[in-house]
Amino acid sequence: MIHLPLALHIPDGFLSGGVAAVAGVLAIAAVAYALRVANVEPDEARVPLLGVLAAFIFAAQMLNFPIVGGTSGHFLGATLAAVLLGPWLACLVMAVVITVQAFAFADGGISALGANILNMGVLGALLAGLLVGALVKVLPHARSVFLGVVATVSWFAVMVGTAATSFELAISDTVPLGTSLPAMLGVHSLIGIGEAVITTAAVAAVLVSRPDLVALGPPQLTTEPGRVPRPVERSASA
Amino acid sequence: MNVSTRIFVILALAVAVGLATAVSPFASPNPDGLEKVAGDKQFLDEGKLHSIQEDSPIPDYAFPGVHDQRVATGLAGFIGTLAVFAIGYGLAFVVRRQSRGAPPPGAPA
Repeated sequence: MIHLPLALHIPDGFLSGGVAAVAGVLAIAAVAYALRVANVEPDEARVPLLGVLAAFIFAAQMLNFPIVGGTSGHFLGATLAAVLLGPWLACLVMAVVITVQAFAFADGGISALGANILNMGVLGALLAGLLVGALVKVLPHARSVFLGVVATVSWFAVMVGTAATSFELAISDTVPLGTSLPAMLGVHSLIGIGEAVITTAAVAAVLVSRPDLVALGPPQLTTEPGRVPRPVERSASA
Repeated sequence: MNVSTRIFVILALAVAVGLATAVSPFASPNPDGLEKVAGDKQFLDEGKLHSIQEDSPIPDYAFPGVHDQRVATGLAGFIGTLAVFAIGYGLAFVVRRQSRGAPPPGAPA
């Protein structure tokens, strides 16, 4: 049998045509919208950051770490991308990584590509964008508080992607929700801890070396004295 | 200890390439989350490769023709990371041009 490396990467054959098509439409809509609203200034440090972050997420996704019961898990990266780039650029970066994995490495299906971009990229990135943005507004702007928020949100992003995967498998009549959801959430609650550790370490490293590159960070932590912060993303109406 | 963009990019890319090349061959070979659940709940066999993927350049993260599995994985990681970097970097130029109000031909409206 062909070995299929999965994590949350759904191969072809797990999803019904209808579910794959709906997820595909949603993923294309999210990527198209992201292309419209995402804004990178030509001289910005974020131009190479898009490439570097995509490369880092691709590399880190190859590093399966062992968890209990003969199972492994790997980093996903949607929260890291959203915290550094904002949610819409994060959707684009995740779409690049997942598309290359499917076509060049046979990792994740082709008809399931939309579902994978949705589960591992768009949902996590948008959730992280919403939650981190909201929590930064109400919580104290200390480095430790911010990193705690990043850790917590990255764990939730994995769980939301996992739940979405289980729902898609259930609607496809591949496995009943009651069978897959507890098992999937159980395994991924542990994988999510790995996600939180890696995401928090990476954000902490960027906060130390280039705080201005943490798009969703509190202004006090990300702005150098005397430097005017750049707007992160143009609003949808612009 | 703010570093210049150039240094930041070089360091971060070196970390990514190093992880993918030197660490990935030693990653856990155990089935991961969905694969484990699919095996336990007996739907793993429904998974299959798309016909396009039969011709994947580097199927299953193993560079073809390299017999040492760790070398094959490391090589796949090295090439994949640089390829994704290049595509991600290119993406920035697509987004940048759009932000000036002149969408490139063929871009989604």
